[in-house]
Amino acid sequence: MEDELPRRREKFPFGLAHLGLDEVEREIPADEPPPLAPNAELTQIGKDIRRWDARNKVTGAALYTVDVHLPGMLHAAVLRSPLPHARIRSLDLSPAAALPGVHAVLTVVEPPADGASMVLRYVGQPVAALAADTPALAEAALRLIRVEYEPLPFVVDLDGARRADAPIVYPDSEWQKSPSAGLPAAASDLPITGNIRGPESKGSRGDIGAGFAAAEIVVDGTYDTQVQTHCCLEPHAIVAAWHEDGLDVWMSTQFTAGVRAQLARHFQLPLSRVRVRAEAVGGGFGSKSQIGVYGRTAVALSRLAKAPVRLVHRRDEEQMDSGNRSSSEQHLRIGARRDGTLTAISLHSYGSAGIAFGAGVGNMVTALYRCPHVESRQYDVFTHAGPACAMRGPGNTQGAFALEQGIDELAEKLAMDPLALRDVIDPSPVRREERRMGAESIGWTRCQPPGADQGPVKRGMGMAQSLWSANVQTNAACELRLWRDGRVEVLSSVQDIGTGVGTVLAQVVAEELGLQPEDIQVRIGDTEFPSGPPSYGSRTTASITPPARTAAWQIKEALFRSVASAWQVDPQRLTVQDGWIHLRDAPQQRISWQEATATLRTDRISAVAGRSDDYAGFRSRSGDAAMALNDLGGVQFAEVAVDTETGVIRVERVVAVQDCGRPINPLQIESQVQGGVLMGVSYALLEERILDIHTGWMLNPNLVDYKLTGAWDTPQIEVILLENYQGFSATDAYGIAEPANIATAAAIANAVYNAIGVRMRSLPMTPAKVLHALGAVSGGPH
Amino acid sequence: MEAFQWQQARSPAEAAALVTQTTAEAMLTLHDTPIAQQAILVKAGGVDMLDLMKEGLVNPLRLVDVSRLAELQGISRGSDGSLRIGALTTLAQIAADTGLRQSHAALAQAAAMAASPQIRNRATLGGNLLQRPRCWYLRSAAHHCLRKGGGHCFAFAGDNRYHAVFANHGCAIVHPSTPATALLAFHAQVELLHPQGQRRQVPLEDFFVLPEADMHRENILAAGEILTAVWLPPQIQTNRSIYFQVAEREAFDWPLAAVAVVMDLDAAGLCQEASIVLGAAAPAPWRARQAEALLRGAAIHGETAEAAGEAALAGATPLAQNAYKLPLLAALVRRAVLAAAALPQDPRAP
Ligand SMILES: Cc1cc2nc3c(=O)[nH]c(=O)nc-3n(C[C@H](O)[C@H](O)[C@H](O)COP(=O)(O)OP(=O)(O)OC[C@H]3O[C@@H](n4cnc5c(N)ncnc54)[C@H](O)[C@@H]3O)c2cc1C
Ligand code: SF4
Repeated sequence: MEDELPRRREKFPFGLAHLGLDEVEREIPADEPPPLAPNAELTQIGKDIRRWDARNKVTGAALYTVDVHLPGMLHAAVLRSPLPHARIRSLDLSPAAALPGVHAVLTVVEPPADGASMVLRYVGQPVAALAADTPALAEAALRLIRVEYEPLPFVVDLDGARRADAPIVYPDSEWQKSPSAGLPAAASDLPITGNIRGPESKGSRGDIGAGFAAAEIVVDGTYDTQVQTHCCLEPHAIVAAWHEDGLDVWMSTQFTAGVRAQLARHFQLPLSRVRVRAEAVGGGFGSKSQIGVYGRTAVALSRLAKAPVRLVHRRDEEQMDSGNRSSSEQHLRIGARRDGTLTAISLHSYGSAGIAFGAGVGNMVTALYRCPHVESRQYDVFTHAGPACAMRGPGNTQGAFALEQGIDELAEKLAMDPLALRDVIDPSPVRREERRMGAESIGWTRCQPPGADQGPVKRGMGMAQSLWSANVQTNAACELRLWRDGRVEVLSSVQDIGTGVGTVLAQVVAEELGLQPEDIQVRIGDTEFPSGPPSYGSRTTASITPPARTAAWQIKEALFRSVASAWQVDPQRLTVQDGWIHLRDAPQQRISWQEATATLRTDRISAVAGRSDDYAGFRSRSGDAAMALNDLGGVQFAEVAVDTETGVIRVERVVAVQDCGRPINPLQIESQVQGGVLMGVSYALLEERILDIHTGWMLNPNLVDYKLTGAWDTPQIEVILLENYQGFSATDAYGIAEPANIATAAAIANAVYNAIGVRMRSLPMTPAKVLHALGAVSGGPH
Repeated sequence: MEAFQWQQARSPAEAAALVTQTTAEAMLTLHDTPIAQQAILVKAGGVDMLDLMKEGLVNPLRLVDVSRLAELQGISRGSDGSLRIGALTTLAQIAADTGLRQSHAALAQAAAMAASPQIRNRATLGGNLLQRPRCWYLRSAAHHCLRKGGGHCFAFAGDNRYHAVFANHGCAIVHPSTPATALLAFHAQVELLHPQGQRRQVPLEDFFVLPEADMHRENILAAGEILTAVWLPPQIQTNRSIYFQVAEREAFDWPLAAVAVVMDLDAAGLCQEASIVLGAAAPAPWRARQAEALLRGAAIHGETAEAAGEAALAGATPLAQNAYKLPLLAALVRRAVLAAAALPQDPRAP
């Protein structure tokens, strides 16, 4: 359809700004603004603008879903399975329903299609739910529900689940109803044997046998990564109000418009009758992308009770049943010639997403390096554990831990510097530059041979690369409203989950209109406004800033027409700067913003723009999602100190060199990158969901025993941001959230190797594992 | 969490008279009467108590709050140099006390390394010594283990990475108190007030109970007894002490292994007396007696320290996942012995 629209040709800045810019010509839709100048020539974009909601958050005024209290609101509680695998022999909700103050009770677990009795597959799986006048009453009522469970054999660990005699999680085709972990490589038509599903072999190519035959050096190793949980500070939360004309929902979500679509489908309501709001959201990291069982449960309870219902997870519910990053066991072999060129990469991976599928390890091995023969076989292993879901750089974060250590190991065998080897095998000019900048900043020339330090505490340096794609949501729109009193509003259902997209919208609009960001009223997180993109897949800024700029430009053109007709000049002669509209060729003829908007014929004018295709086209698309580039990267360097007598690893410094197209708010990007690095340090050293293999329970379902990095464990983090212009859209901005997390653990592992001369192939790298790896512990490995 | 009543104690004696059970006793009976518990329990800073209540491990009918009782506050020094630390003294106060940092450096260091600044501001020494262990099975209402009156220890065949390497038969908790490691090295005593009004003073070493003696409690506190103070005997001028620990996180975490060393060196640099206590190693702070014996009369240098580290492991019976604690403990002992010998009293003062 877009092809039929009139287009025009424009010249865009192109390349890495700090190396000098070229130009590139693109054909763009006629109703989109002219190319945006490089950041150096702009006043709002590319500047460190303070967060639009900072004050509200710091003072506590920000409204999170957990703060929403509606008149007559009831409180939900969920009865959860105490067993990892059980058949429900009988379920009697009536004693709970009979308790005064309980207004709705329902069964959550679904019966299988054949009408057989219901089966539960993990500890914490919802069985039933109810809504009552108070939280305490709801908890008390739960205890009245009578359930008779028939315990069934279960398995929660990856090894156990792969044994021939393992208890089977899905004995029939029921796995097809299991949730998808939302990972990129979750094709649905893969074979399943026992608990093992796969292989997914996307990206495989060439003849792996020939590749290894041509190799002069081969490295191989097995790498394990743990299950990590999202640990959002605001738990999953929803307040649902079912009423006669439809449904009102407040939800702590990464995707208001998506939740609306899911609710409309599930409850058979028109889209227009479902309203979803998320004013402030306390983190998501992938776990708040969907309506989820808990969300549907709250809505169903509200419909039943005819009253608003609030459902908020406790921390243990968060930890056991709101998603996680799937585990992996990766068998990696790499073959190369003496000059470093790769001849073959073989990866066999097994990962568990619990009862979900999609535990792949991403496209690191198939897409990061030049290699003619690649075999990628990725298997899901079902276990009786809570379902995984997407989590910050899903797949590639696990994949990087193996691949980037394998490449370093190869470099050592080739007697090459790890950076020099990557110069040979990595086709990306952007990452080459990132390696150069990172090496300079960390002081790579100080890097010693492995284990060179004397004394028990040894220092080391390492680096790793990441791979992610520049994603775009094409179903993304933005409205600009200009009022006669001069007020400007930018509206979209896009939600700010802490990433700062509200600030970014204000900057983009202010830049276009010659105003200040604080002049722009940001109204987002409400599906009454045009549908915005999700806050996942690192695609929010890339999807919503181009339509925001386009709409602002269209509004500006309309305002210029209004002023031009008063002045009886050609609107083309007008421009706006610092709140004044003037003639380009005669700046003394000017009018203030307020006086200009007063010339409008009506009280309010409005423009709505949607996300058009990237000017150079997309590499792929599926549904509303499209991909502009598949090598949005980033390179990270780490410096560590390892105490070889205690096994303690201290990460002292991380240098993160990242690119995201045009940076719009460097301050916020830096903060995103720091968050990504912190999450990576935490993943590298501490975090681990621990399930008891004999009971199936999570042993650390709180934030004391589930360990996250704290202030003392935080390294010095330096962020270096590239300005990379491609001329792809009206803003040329892409995402940063996920790439910032992918390389960290691998960079730390490579630094640890450089420090102690022993490879840590299992996450998290705890003191116990380090001592074992160093041979300090008599007795079997941990 | 269930609803409960709250009562402000007006005196230690009143608190003692009101309290019906120890927290350990209340946890034992919880399994049979999960909701309607009749227990009246004592609460100081409430850090551990609140945790236990949130997990549904105790559901007291009433809490008796002693946290405002002036007579249980503060540190006082006797004319002989002995110290009395009131049970309500917070870990933060202990860590910051200038006198204590001089005379009992290891205790101040241990207090300073426990938990996090916020918790140390709230956590009392009495409550710290009486907090329940961190074994994650004990802390999970779903696991009715031996220590809670059940018939099974889940840790033995389960995940025991953080558990005890000494005296771990039957139940393998490690004692959770960081200050206790140092207190034992100083031969501290606890002062207890009985509901009938008697006060008794018990050496800390006798106060703690190993699983082989009683699986259901970590100490001999009787129902209604209030811990009023901790006494530290006077220190010899030449005493040097140090506390070292290793944890996975720098704060907000319990140690994986810890050691407190108190050493008396004579002018010739010979060790007259040493007490070496291991933390996070056993169900009670664990005296490394063989290491102590080895150092007595010896000159302190790299080799003796190394030997002390090895000797400290005597009798260890590591479980499937915690053998790493042995090299860790040995290294800590060696380092602490050397540090105690070579460094002035207060090497880590901020
Ligand atoms: C994240 C975190 C990390 C931590 N890390 C550490 C650590 O590294 N090292 C460490 O040692 N501790 C650590 N702790 C534990 C913390 O120090 C203790 O929970 C705290 O000291 C308990 O003191 P309280 O005054 O709050 O006791 P309360 O919670 O009030 O009481 C604890 C127990 O003692 C009983 N009790 C309290 N006072 C008396 C009294 N005077 N007489 C009789 N009975 C009494 C109560 O009945 C209760 O059973 C940590 C805690 C947290 C939450
Ligand atoms: S170690 Fe002790 S507290 Fe832990 S499960 Fe075993 S018996 Fe219970």
